[in-house]
Amino acid sequence: MNTNLRLRRFRRFTALFWLGFTVLILLDAFSSRVYRPEPPPIALGSGQAPGGGHCSGR
Amino acid sequence: MPIRRLLLIAGALVLVFAVTLLAGLRQGLLTLLGLGFGAVLQGCRFGFTTGWREYLERRNPHGLWAQLLLLALASSLMLPLLAQHSGELVGAVAPLTFSLVLGAFLFGAAMQLTDGCGSGTLYKAGAGSPLSVVVLPTFVLGSFLGASHQPAWVALGGLPPVDLLRYGWPLALALTLSGCALVALLTLPQARAAGPWPRRWVIGAVLLALLAALHLIVAGQPWGIVYGVGLWGAKAFAALGWNPAADPFWGVAPHAARLAEPIVYDVTSVTNFGLLYGAYAASRWHGPVTTNLPSARRLLVAAAAGLVLGYSSRMAFGCNVGALLGGITSASLHGWVWFAMAFLGSMVGVRLRRRIDVPQGAVFA
Repeated sequence: MNTNLRLRRFRRFTALFWLGFTVLILLDAFSSRVYRPEPPPIALGSGQAPGGGHCSGR
Repeated sequence: MPIRRLLLIAGALVLVFAVTLLAGLRQGLLTLLGLGFGAVLQGCRFGFTTGWREYLERRNPHGLWAQLLLLALASSLMLPLLAQHSGELVGAVAPLTFSLVLGAFLFGAAMQLTDGCGSGTLYKAGAGSPLSVVVLPTFVLGSFLGASHQPAWVALGGLPPVDLLRYGWPLALALTLSGCALVALLTLPQARAAGPWPRRWVIGAVLLALLAALHLIVAGQPWGIVYGVGLWGAKAFAALGWNPAADPFWGVAPHAARLAEPIVYDVTSVTNFGLLYGAYAASRWHGPVTTNLPSARRLLVAAAAGLVLGYSSRMAFGCNVGALLGGITSASLHGWVWFAMAFLGSMVGVRLRRRIDVPQGAVFA
C-alpha cells in the first residue's frame, strides 16, 4: 500500500482515537454522581492528608 | 504571534478551566502542572528510555546524567518538604518485594520495545508518534490488569519498606545525592568521548525537578503516571459491565473511591491529561510535524510490549516516574532497586530491539 495513504489512514485513526478518548472522559465526568468535598487548592499547609491513589500502592 | 500558537494556548486554557470547573482548583492546578510536564518532556526530548539506550549502545552517558541531575535536584527540593510536613505531604514509599524486582526488570525490557517508559509513552502519544499511539491502549489494559493482580504479587513476599527519611532529611538527602554521584562516577570514563552535554537535557532536568516539587506541594504526593492509566482501564471495564466490588485492588480503599468518582477527581489522571496536551502543543509550536509510520510488525510488537509495560509497572509500584523518580526523591530504597532492575531489563530490551524492525530516522524515535 502507498506510504502516504497508510499515513493518512493512520492520522484519521489517531484523530478518531483522541476524539473517542475525550468523549469518554466527558461522559464519565458528567455521569458519575459522587459527592466529594472540594480539597484545599494546595496540599501544603492544608492540614489534610492526601486522599490516596498513587502508583506506589497507597 | 501566529494563529496556530494562539489556538494551542487557547486549548490549554480550555482544558485547565474545564477541569477546574468540574473538579475544583487543585485539579485545575495539577492539569496546569501536567501541561508543563508534557511541554518540557517534548520540548527537551527528555526521555529515560533513549538515555539508557544511548549509554548501553554507544556508551554515551549524557541522558543518564540528565536523569541523575533531575533526581538530585528534585530530592533536594522534596526531601526537606516531606520531612517537615509529614501529615500533609506523603512520599512514594513501597516494600522491597519479589514483585518489585521482577516487575522493574520486565518494565526495563519492555520500555525499549515500546520506545517509551511511562512518561515517554504519554508524551510521545500526545505528540502524535504512531508507535506510542498504538502502545497507549495496551499500556492502559496492562496497568489495569497489573493493578488487579498486584495484591497477589505482593503476597509472594519480600522485605518491608525502607524509608531513609526516618534517619532525618539531611542524612537521607546526603545518601540520595551520594547514590546519584556514584552512578555518575561509574559512567564518567565514557563521557569524554561523548562530546559536550546537550543543554536541552540540563534545562529539562532543572524544569522537571521544579515541576515535580510543585506537584508534591499541590497534590500532597509525588508525581505519578500509571495509577491514572490503570484507572482509565478500570473505568472502561466498569462501563462495560465489570463489577469491581470483589476485586482485591479496585474493590478496596482508596482505589474503590477513585473508581466511583469522576475521573477528573483523580490526581494522576488530570496530570496525565495535561501532559498529553502539553506534549501535543509543544510538538506543534513551530509548525506541523512530519511522521514516519513504522511497519505493521513493529507496531504489533510495540503493542504487545505495551501490555507488559503496563502490567509490570503495577508489579513494581510504578514506572520511571512513580517508582524511580517518586521513590528516590522520597528517600525510599525501592526507588534504587527499581533503577537497578529496570536498567538490567533494558540491557535485554536493547538486544531484543535490535532483532526487530526499528523505524530509522523517525521523528519521535
